[in-house]
This record gives sequence, structure tokens and C-alpha cells, in this order.
Amino acid sequence: MINNRGLLTGILGKKHRDPISNTSFLLRITICTFIGMYILAMLIWGGGFLNPQQFLDLFNNNAFLIVIACGLTVVMIAGGIDISGGGVTALVTMVCIVYLDDHSGSVIGSLCIALGIGITFGLVQGILISYLDIQPFIITLAGMFFAKGMITIVSAVPRTAAQEAFVTLKQFRFEIPGIGYYGKTGNFIPAKIELGVIVAIAVVLVVAVILKWTRFGRNLYAVGGNKQSALMLGINVRRTKFYSYLLAGLLSGIAGYLYLLHTGAGDAANATAAEIQAIASAIIGGTLLTGGVGSVLGTLFGVLILKTMTSIVVTSGLREPYWQSITTGLMLCFFILLQSVVLALREKGSLKLSLPEWIKFRRKKSGTDSTP
Amino acid sequence: MAKGLNKFARSQLVVPLFALFLLVVFNLIRDIEFFSISIITNNDGNTVLSGNIISIINGASELAILAIGMTLVTASSRGQDISVGAVAAIAGSIFVSVLRGNQITIPIILIAFLASCFVAVMFGVFNGTLVAAFKVQPMIATLIMLSAGRSIAYWINGGATPTVSSPLLVNIGGFIPGIPIPTPIIIMILFGVLIWLLLRFTNLGLYTQVVGINEKSARLNGINAALIKLLSFMILGVCVAISGCINVCRIGLINHETLLLDIEMDAILAVAIGGNSLGGGKFNLSGSVIGAFIIQALTVTLYAMKIPSTAVKAYKAIVIIAIVVISSPIVKEYALQLRNKLFKKPAKIMENCENNGELTI
Repeated sequence: MINNRGLLTGILGKKHRDPISNTSFLLRITICTFIGMYILAMLIWGGGFLNPQQFLDLFNNNAFLIVIACGLTVVMIAGGIDISGGGVTALVTMVCIVYLDDHSGSVIGSLCIALGIGITFGLVQGILISYLDIQPFIITLAGMFFAKGMITIVSAVPRTAAQEAFVTLKQFRFEIPGIGYYGKTGNFIPAKIELGVIVAIAVVLVVAVILKWTRFGRNLYAVGGNKQSALMLGINVRRTKFYSYLLAGLLSGIAGYLYLLHTGAGDAANATAAEIQAIASAIIGGTLLTGGVGSVLGTLFGVLILKTMTSIVVTSGLREPYWQSITTGLMLCFFILLQSVVLALREKGSLKLSLPEWIKFRRKKSGTDSTP
Repeated sequence: MAKGLNKFARSQLVVPLFALFLLVVFNLIRDIEFFSISIITNNDGNTVLSGNIISIINGASELAILAIGMTLVTASSRGQDISVGAVAAIAGSIFVSVLRGNQITIPIILIAFLASCFVAVMFGVFNGTLVAAFKVQPMIATLIMLSAGRSIAYWINGGATPTVSSPLLVNIGGFIPGIPIPTPIIIMILFGVLIWLLLRFTNLGLYTQVVGINEKSARLNGINAALIKLLSFMILGVCVAISGCINVCRIGLINHETLLLDIEMDAILAVAIGGNSLGGGKFNLSGSVIGAFIIQALTVTLYAMKIPSTAVKAYKAIVIIAIVVISSPIVKEYALQLRNKLFKKPAKIMENCENNGELTI
């Protein structure tokens, strides 16, 4: 009965919930780490961290990475890996610029090209991996090589976009009302976000919905968790895997366009090591490479943690570039060990990792409670 | 004889050997002189062998050494070490910093090599502990060193790219006076023989396969699976140190950013092209070495065709995809069915018989 439960439970109006699972425990750790890290940075270094624009720049600068990491998360949940994301992103930027400038193409056309390249990569890699049973690492590695090699075949020199319609689109900013900072002359400058951020957030939401509430999304978790039993349940394992790579390819195409919108330059060095950063973000966000566990929300926070760490390292005076990668390594080490410990405990089944009773806002269920 | 041939046709070495053969034939058609070996006198006055084939084997020696270690890691831990390039940069930095602090003599080179070996093995132990004790996936465990490794090398070098020059180092990276074969090839062969002896006369090879195929049953049979995994990572550490030192001797300086760049990808490819499963278990070292030669031969061929170095990757990717598609089990099965249909009439009759049998039932 409801009156047996605590007041807060009544307010929340929720039915009885199971204790949080260990995997959502990982997600909560990630989110709490990010919030704690940012608040700490604001308290200690203040300055730039108190500026809302700097927080929004986290999104502005990394919209493409968020999108790549989302695609990678989908593939990783299904038990595969896709390291072609960075290469495809760079290829898309170059091809779109050459199309826009040399062939006087339209913005819509370039967008179609970007999506087309992404889908083509996803299609070919998906078919080879899921229907021919070739190891995903090798195929997507070859995909990355192919994309990076093609960039210089398309154009040997770095390019910058000059087409007018595209440049207007690139310079388009949303102003967020009410949030902003005071410039040196004392005038109020409203905080701005780029078009790409909205796309990236939309991608995160759409992928989250797909993973949570569609049959395809649930199939992904089943396939990644245990391929054999997924097959026994009548899930088309091959098709599910194929669609996961297709989705990842499409998202890489979108990411390429976002990168172009952000920088407006086509260069073979674009999005270097983006695949490694995407993998790191997904891992920090609680996705397991073994498959079956993960969420895009975690990945989003993974990207934010990774990038906040970088700016903290720079702000705290360790300006030498090597400190960034060393701290990234240390942070990865921490999260990997944490995951491993959580998994080991879960496998044992002896220890339930859940929040202590007093945090839970819910009185312990009494014996007389009878659920309808 | 026919039986042996049949057995060979089923072996995992067929596709890589065939690919190597195709590369050779392609090069011979393109340029009949491609594989000619000549004896010339180099700048130091040594009589040495020269030619594309020598430069292919010479250039592939670091990759082949790494591929041997990578095969063992893949077989035992069912995953790959993607930090080899970064750790090689660290090992090379240690090698150079020891050499620069002393007068370069043969014992000092040995000490420097041992020091870099020790450091690389320690990083191997770090990766191996994460994999064996904490049960982290190898690719993720080594991601840590991949992102931090080259920065650690930068830190050891103090941000510079120090050079070392000594006739002794030139001997190691190039030719020893009086011996016409490049020294890296000799080192590679010596190392290969050493590993072969190790696997031939100890149980390590067998245990590695057993752990890779089924870790649980290996443990039930009294094999310390964690130790075997750790050992394979330590052996890879030695491989990394050797190839890092060879590369430093070859170019005479340590550049933490470009030393053996992307070699981890090539090493994993060599393992896969050699017909080894990246999912662990059974392995064949000669396959991986052949894979390394294929990759290097492909690169040299593409350079010889005047393809710009940045575009080489695209062509390489196409060839690699072709090789893995041909050697994938599903395509192989399909090809076998096709062959039976085309050449073996009896098989068809058998099939008919079976169908008839089904009908009568």
C-alpha cells in the first residue's frame, strides 16, 4: 500500500523500484564525477570556469566528437568496435569543401554528400563484418586507412571553405537569453552556441530513445550481452550488428559535417585521434567493450569529462602538451580499474553495489507491505 | 604427396603465401628488374647487398619482431596490444638517454639495450597485470599507454629530439663491416630462432594456445592462466624494446612523435593477414612473419609505383580488405562449394542420393 511507504516516495509518485543496477551505478559515477570536477574547477581556478561561455564551448568545440562517440557506443553495445570514425570525419570535411568551392555546390548538396559518405562506409563495413564474419577491428582499421588515404587523393593541400551560403551557415550562432558574461569594457555579451551543438544534442537524444524504447535498441543489448542466447530468442543477430555499423557510419558522416561547420577547413590532420578519444569517452561513460552494457548519456558525460580535464590541466599551469595525454591516461586507468572492480563484484554476485539506505529517499519496505 | 598437398591447401598459410606470390608476380610484370639483387659498395666502403627485396626484408624486420610478440599476446589474451608504438618510443628514449650519458662502446650499448628492455618489460607487466589480474580487455588496458606513452617519451627526452652518432650504432642499424646482409635482418632471424626454440622446447606455446582457447578449462587443468598472459605481455615488451632500439640505430635519433608511428596497426594486421584469429587460441608465428613481409612488400611496391606517401594508406586498405575477405571462413566455404559444383561430379551424385534417401523416408 502506498501509505506504508515514505512521504517522499508518495511525492515522487513512483511504484516500487529495484535497487539501482551496477551498470547504472557506473553511469551515476560518471555524472557525479563530471559535476564534482566542474564545481571543483570553479572553486579553485574560478576565472574562465565561471564563464558560462567556457562551459558552452565544451559543446561547441566537441560537438563532432559527441556524435562520433554516440555511434561508437551503439557499436560497442552490440559487442563490436568501430575505429573508422575519425578518418571518415576528416574525409567528409575535405570532400565537402572541394564540392562547395571547386564545383560550386549547394549547402544541401554538401550535406547529402556527407551523409552519403558516412552511409557508404557504414554499409560496406557492416556487410563485411556482420555477413562475412570478419573481425571488426581489422575492417574498421582498413576503413580508417582508406579514408585517410582518400583525403590526400581528393586534395593534396589543406583547404578553407569560401562559399558564401556555407560561411553564413557556419557563422550562425544561437544566443542564449539571460546567460552571458561581461566583457572587458563592461558590456554584456550573451553566451552563444553553434548550430552543431543542437544537432549533437538531438543525436544524443535520438540515439538514447532508440536504445531505450525501440526493438532494435533492445536487440543491440541482447546481441552484445550474449550472442548465442540472442540467437535462441529469435533475434536476427547479423542484421542487428549490420544496422549498428550502418548507424555508426551515418553518425560519422554527420560528425564530419559538424566538424566542417565548426572549423570550415578541410585538412588531412582533421579529427586526428578522434577515434581514440571517442573510445576513451565511451569507456569513461560506462560502456563495456565486451558489449551489452552502456548508454549514450554516459558517453556524452565521458566526452565532457575528458575535455574538462584537458582544460583543467591547461589552467592549472601544466602547459606542456604532454601533461594532457598523461592525465588522460591516468583518468582512463582510474575508470578502467573501477569498471573492472564493479564487474568482478557483479560476477561474484555476493556484493550488491547500491547507494546506502539513507541516501535513497525511500523508507525500507516493511513486512506488511503488500504490492497489488 | 597428394595428401600433403591437400593438407597444405587447408592450412592457414595458403592465402598469405598466395598474396605474397601475387605481389611478386605483379611486380615482375610491372618491372622485370624489380627483384634484382646487386652487390655494391656503400658510403662506408663495405661490400653490401642491395636491391628491392633486401630493402623489403630489412624494412620489415621491426614489424616482423613486433608481429611475433603480438601473435603470442593475441593467442593468450584474445585481444591486441595497441600501445606497442608508444612503448617503443619510451624504450628508444631510454636507450638514447643512457647512450648520451656515456662514451659509446659495446658494453654501454648492451647496458642501454638492457635498460630499455627492462623499462619496456615493466610497461608490459603493467598492461599484463591489467589484463590478467583485473580482467580488462587488452585493447582497453593498452589504450592507457597508447594515450600516455609518447608523452612520457617526450618527457624523458626533455622535449627535444636528441641524436646519437657512433660507428657502432651505424653498424647495428645498417651493416657490420664484412657482412653483406643488413644487421636488422640478422637480429630478426636470431630473435625468430630464439622464440622458436623457446616454444619448441618448453610448454609455453601449448599453454598459450590452451589459455586462449578456453581459459576456464586451462585453469581446471592446473595451468596458471594469469601467469601465461603476463608472460606473453612480457615477451612482447622484449620485442618492443628490440624494435625500438633497431629503429633508433637506423635513423640515429629519437623522435618521440614519429618513431614507429602506427606500427601497432601494422603489427595487428600482420597477425590477421597471417591467418591467425584475432579471437585468440591457435596461432602460427610464421604466418605473422609472412604477414609482416606482405605489408612491407605492399608499401615498397606502392612507393615504387610513384604513389605519394600519404595516399599509400588507401591502396593498402583495399588490398588488406581483399585478403581478409578471401580468407574469411564464409567465403572459403562458398568457394569450396563452388569448386565441388564445378569440378567434382561425384559430389553432386552423392547429393542426389541423399535427396533420394530423404524422399523415400
